[in-house]
Amino acid sequence: MTGCVVELEDVHVRLGERDVLRGVDLVLREHRVGVVGANGSGKSTLARLLNGLVLPTRGSVRVDGQDTARHGATVRRRVGFVFTDPDAQIVMPTVAEDVAYSLRRHRLGATEADRRVHEALDRHGLAGHADHPAHLLSGGQKQLLALTSVLVTEPQLVVADEPTTLLDLRNTRRVARELLALPQQVVLVSHDLDLLADYDRVLVVDDGRVVADDEPGPAVAHYRKLMEREP
Amino acid sequence: MSTTDVATRAEVGSVLHRAPAGAKLVGLAVASGALLLVRSPTGVLLAAVAVLAAYAAGRVGPRAAWSQLRPLRWVVPVIFVVQWLTLGPAQAAVLSARLVMLVALAALVMLTTRTSAVLAAIERGLAPLGRLGVDVGRVALVLSLAIRSIPVLAALATRVRDAGRARGRERDVRAFAVPLVVGALRQADALGDALRARGLDD
Repeated sequence: MTGCVVELEDVHVRLGERDVLRGVDLVLREHRVGVVGANGSGKSTLARLLNGLVLPTRGSVRVDGQDTARHGATVRRRVGFVFTDPDAQIVMPTVAEDVAYSLRRHRLGATEADRRVHEALDRHGLAGHADHPAHLLSGGQKQLLALTSVLVTEPQLVVADEPTTLLDLRNTRRVARELLALPQQVVLVSHDLDLLADYDRVLVVDDGRVVADDEPGPAVAHYRKLMEREP
Repeated sequence: MSTTDVATRAEVGSVLHRAPAGAKLVGLAVASGALLLVRSPTGVLLAAVAVLAAYAAGRVGPRAAWSQLRPLRWVVPVIFVVQWLTLGPAQAAVLSARLVMLVALAALVMLTTRTSAVLAAIERGLAPLGRLGVDVGRVALVLSLAIRSIPVLAALATRVRDAGRARGRERDVRAFAVPLVVGALRQADALGDALRARGLDD
């Protein structure tokens, strides 16, 4: 599957009185990109910029040449987003209904929508839960549902903001495996450094800036060193 | 609506489960209108038989039915007493029974219909209002979010109550209300972001 080219040019984000991101310049075209950083470093804001959930106060973010500020809807069709808390992104009462809800804007016929929903549930191990209440699933299953609801629309890029933070080790591994196996381009924000070992590129964000941009080994080493310092 | 019952409704293949959602909603409106015309104890008895027959047709058991009617166990006695004092025992019984049957019929529709089908039917029914500038899709979205928010807020309330208990503040209204409201607002914010991320607001 062809990925996107994401370009961030001199991006500043100011939220209230705080500069969350300060002058970020990046071009992302790798298949797997990891983002690490301390709490409040700006890494989630960086992730949210990629599908226009947050717009830059200064500078620009473009996905395949489309500016997120002007073409947000087009960008969101290409870039799917998975949040930390799956409870916050499940919209419909049952599993299949929630996945189907993502397809509303695609205006598919009922048979085609149903086929795509069940195919997606099958692919992500949720086929047996199609008619179950979504909020009664386990944490891991909820996160898989959130991922399935994003993937059913076939985005080219999936941005996942700490999708394993609320999960136990088994479910963390399961979601990580799913993300790694996707044909789509993935940008994963995570505190779990082990998950990024197989990624192509890892960005380290600190105090609103990208302070390291490298392969996982050196980038994670840089991050560990950073975390050893007293704040 | 009880949350666990959503799971069971799709697994039962009764006539009511197969009936189109729009027809069930129209049927509910007609039956509710007819119930309002019932004024005698005999009429109530006949209506109760009809409601029971509808539950049998939908193959909905007593447990699922009770889960829907349980919230009425506090309201109905109060209404019954007030009506008794103002209109007498016979009218109080008729009015209370009508209320229970109305709720039972609405619950039956929800127990035998997928939420998405109900919303699609509402969207179709409201479609003419689209010409007057009403965003019908948004109305359906609001309804679906209201339904979906019930279990989420119930879980949040349980967490907040447990946290209050853990700190020995189980009777402190402020210790319950403030985190509940803050949590609900945060949840609403996060949901708004999630809807935008899924392109449902574009």
